[in-house]
Amino acid sequence: MDLTVGPNQFFWTAAQVRDFYESVAKAPVARVVLGELICSKRMSFWTDQIPGAVEVLQRAGKDVAISTLALITLKRERKQTADLLDMGLPIEVNDISALQQIPAGTPFWVGPLVNVYNEGTLRWLAKRGATRICLPPEMPLASIATMVKAGAEVGVAVEVWGHGRLPLAISGRCYHARLHDRAKDNCQFVCGEDADGREVDTLDGQPFLAVNGVQTLSASTACMAWHTEALAAAGVASLRLSPQTGHFADLCQGYADRIAGQISAGDLVAQLLPEAPGGRFSDGFLMGPSGADWSHPIEAA
Amino acid sequence: MTDHAPTIPRLPPLLGQAMRPLPLLPLTVTLSALSRRLAKRHPGMFRRLGEHGNKRFALDPTDLPMVFLMDLRGGRVRLSAHRKAPAAEARIAGPIAAFLGMMHGAYDGDALFFSRDLVVEGDTSAVLALRNAIDDAELDLTEELADLAGPMAGFLRAAVAQAEKQSGVVLHRVDTLAGGWA
Amino acid sequence: MMELVCPAGTPAAMRAAVEAGAHAVYCGFADETNARNFPGLNFSTEEMASGIAGAHARGAKVLVALNTFPRAGGEELWHRRLADAEAAGADAVILADMGLLAHAAEHHPRMRRHLSVQAAAANPDAINFYAEAFGVQRVVLPRVLTVDEIAAINREIDVETEVFVFGGLCVMAEGRCSLSSYATGKSPNMNGVCSPASHVAYAEEGQDLAARLGGFTIHRTPKNQPAPYPTLCKGCFSSGDQTGHVFEDPVSLDAKHLIPALAKAGVTALKIEGRQRSRAYVGEVVRTFRAAVEAVAAGRPMPEGALARLSEGQAATAGAYAKTWR
Repeated sequence: MDLTVGPNQFFWTAAQVRDFYESVAKAPVARVVLGELICSKRMSFWTDQIPGAVEVLQRAGKDVAISTLALITLKRERKQTADLLDMGLPIEVNDISALQQIPAGTPFWVGPLVNVYNEGTLRWLAKRGATRICLPPEMPLASIATMVKAGAEVGVAVEVWGHGRLPLAISGRCYHARLHDRAKDNCQFVCGEDADGREVDTLDGQPFLAVNGVQTLSASTACMAWHTEALAAAGVASLRLSPQTGHFADLCQGYADRIAGQISAGDLVAQLLPEAPGGRFSDGFLMGPSGADWSHPIEAA
Repeated sequence: MTDHAPTIPRLPPLLGQAMRPLPLLPLTVTLSALSRRLAKRHPGMFRRLGEHGNKRFALDPTDLPMVFLMDLRGGRVRLSAHRKAPAAEARIAGPIAAFLGMMHGAYDGDALFFSRDLVVEGDTSAVLALRNAIDDAELDLTEELADLAGPMAGFLRAAVAQAEKQSGVVLHRVDTLAGGWA
Repeated sequence: MMELVCPAGTPAAMRAAVEAGAHAVYCGFADETNARNFPGLNFSTEEMASGIAGAHARGAKVLVALNTFPRAGGEELWHRRLADAEAAGADAVILADMGLLAHAAEHHPRMRRHLSVQAAAANPDAINFYAEAFGVQRVVLPRVLTVDEIAAINREIDVETEVFVFGGLCVMAEGRCSLSSYATGKSPNMNGVCSPASHVAYAEEGQDLAARLGGFTIHRTPKNQPAPYPTLCKGCFSSGDQTGHVFEDPVSLDAKHLIPALAKAGVTALKIEGRQRSRAYVGEVVRTFRAAVEAVAAGRPMPEGALARLSEGQAATAGAYAKTWR
C-alpha cells in the first residue's frame, strides 16, 4: 500500500500552491493528483502554477494526474475539462461527464466523487479505460474488500480516503458566498479566507461540518491511522491524503512510517492531531456506526 | 405564504370537561371489538408495519380527557382508553380531528407536523411506519363502526353525519375511489 | 401536454395519484433498492403487479425507481428487482448506478431506462454519456439548474428531460451527498434514506423544541412555530458570527408558475416529489398540477391556488430555477 496526494479542495494563493507541491515532491508519496476540484472561478488565480508543479513532482519520480471539477455545469467548464486532455497527463474523473471527452482506449483514473459503489460499476469503468479508482469515502471496510477483489480481476488499483476533511457534498449554491450575504456570481472569492474550510457548528456549539465554496466537508478530519493494517490486508493499493495547511509533508512521512510499521497508530494520531483542521479525528465511515465517529476517542481527549 | 395553514377543528373545552366523568370501560370494549375487526379486515396494514408491528403507540387527543393505547405486542392489536398517559414506545399528540382527518385521507401527516398540530415523541420510525400503514389501509371509521353496530348501522351513520357537521371533525373516508381498483 | 409524473409511496397513494390525474406514477419496492426506503412505505412484488395493472387500466404509466447504488457484494438484490419490475409490467425503470444501468441494458433491453436524479447528470456531456453508454431515454435533471440552463441542455441532447416542480428540495447535487451517513451511518446512496427517522430525536428543552439527528442538533424551534423535520441540509447552524440556515431554509420547491417557461425550454415531463407523503397530499398536489399543465397546454392562464400549507416550513421557493438562489 502506498500514498496518493489528492487534489487540493481549498482555495489557496499561487504562492501557497507552489510551496505546497515543492514540499510534496520531497515527501514519500507515490503519486499526486492536482487541479481545481471545486470551483471554476478559482482557476485563473492559481492554475498557471500547475505546469511548474507537475514538472517538480515528475522530476521527483511521482506519478501525476490532473483532476476534473467535481460539478461541471457551465459551457466554459466543459471546455476547460476538454482542455485538460491536452496536458498529456492521466485525467482523474471527478464528474462523470468528463468521460464524454476522454477517447475510448485512453486510460484514466476515477476520483472519490464519482459513485463507484459496486463491482458492476467498477467493471464497466475498467472496460471503458479506468486503471485506478478512489472509492467514495462513505464506503465501509467490507465493501472496500469486495471492490479490491473485483478490481484485481480487471486490473484496477483501488484507493481509499486516508486522511483529510471528508468531501460530503457538492452543490450549485456557494455557501461561502451565502454566509457573506453575497450571490455566487459576486462572491469576491471569500472562500480564500478559509484555507482549510469554514467551520459550521450546531446550535449547541458542537463542531459538525465545514463549508468550502460550493462544497460541504466534515468538521472532523478523517484519519485512517488505526486502520492501515486492515486496509493493507484488504488489498487496498493506496491511501489518499487530502491537502491541508498544517505540516503536510510531515503528515505524508507519518503515514509512510505507519504503513512501514515504524510508528504506532497512537503515536501517529498524537503527532497529527495538533495540525488537524477542526482538531478532531473521525474514522466512522470505515467501521461505523456513523462517519463522524472516531474509533479511539481517548486519544482525541 | 403561511396564511393557508389548515384549520384543524378543536373540540370545545366544555365537551372535554363533560366527558371527564364518563367511565372508560364501555369505550374500551368498543375499541377492543374495533381492533379485532381492523386486524382481520386489514392484515396488510399490520404487514406494512414490519419491524414496528410489535410496539405500543400512545395516541393522545389533546382535546379529549383520555389517551388511547394501541398495543401491537404479541402479534395482536389491543386498543384501550386511559386516564393517564400509558407507557409506550411512541407518542403522538394532537387534536382528535387531526388523527381522524389523517386516517380518513383528509389531512397530510407531514403537513400537520410542520404546522405543529401534531407532536411526535419517542420512536419516530415507528410513528412513520404507523402513519404510512394507516394511510395505505384507506380506513373508514364510520363504516367499520356501522358494521359493528349491526341493525343499528343506519342510526349510527346518521348520528355520525350529524356529529361531523357540528364538530368539523372528519369521521368518514373522504377520498373514495371511482371503483374497480384491486 | 407535459407529462405529470407523480409520487406513490403506497398502493393507496398510487390510486390517489391516478384518480387525481397523474399521467405517470413512480414508486419503488419495499427495500434498499430505492431512495425512499422509509418505514411503512413502498410496494411488495404483488402490490407492484396489481398497482401497475390498476394504473394501466386507467391509462396511467408506472415508473419503478431502483435508484440507489447497489451494495458491493449485494448487487443480486437490485438485479432481481429489475426482473421483478419488468415482470410486473413497469413502463420504465429509474436508475442511477452505472453498473445497474449496464446490467439493465444487457438483460432487460426492452424496458425503458430513465436516469434518476440521483445520478445528478447536470450537463449535456453527462446526459449524452448516459444516453450513449446505456441507452437512457429520459433524464431527470438535478435541482441545481436554472431554466435557461435547462433550455440550453435540451438543445444539445436527444433524450427527454424531466424536472421537479413541487416538493422537497435537495440543495446538494443529488446522489453526491453523504451528509446523512456522516451523521447517522445511513445514506441515500447506500441505504435509500436521508436523515432517517430512526436517528431523529425530539426534546422539549425550556421554551424550545430541539430536533437532533444522530446526536447533532439540527434545529431549535420556539414552541408554536412551524417545526421542520431535521433534514440535515435544512438545519440551523452557526458559523463564525453567523447563525442561520447555512445551506437552505426549510422551504420546499414550488415551480408551478415556471411550467410555461419549462415547456418552452423543451422539458417533456414534470415531477412531483413526495413518495413519503400521504395520499391526501398526493391527491391535492396532483389535482392542482394537472389543472396547471392542462391550462398551459390550452394556452390558458395558470389557475391560482396555493399549496403552501403542504410544504415544509409552509413556505415555497422556485429554488435553483431562479439564478439568485445560488
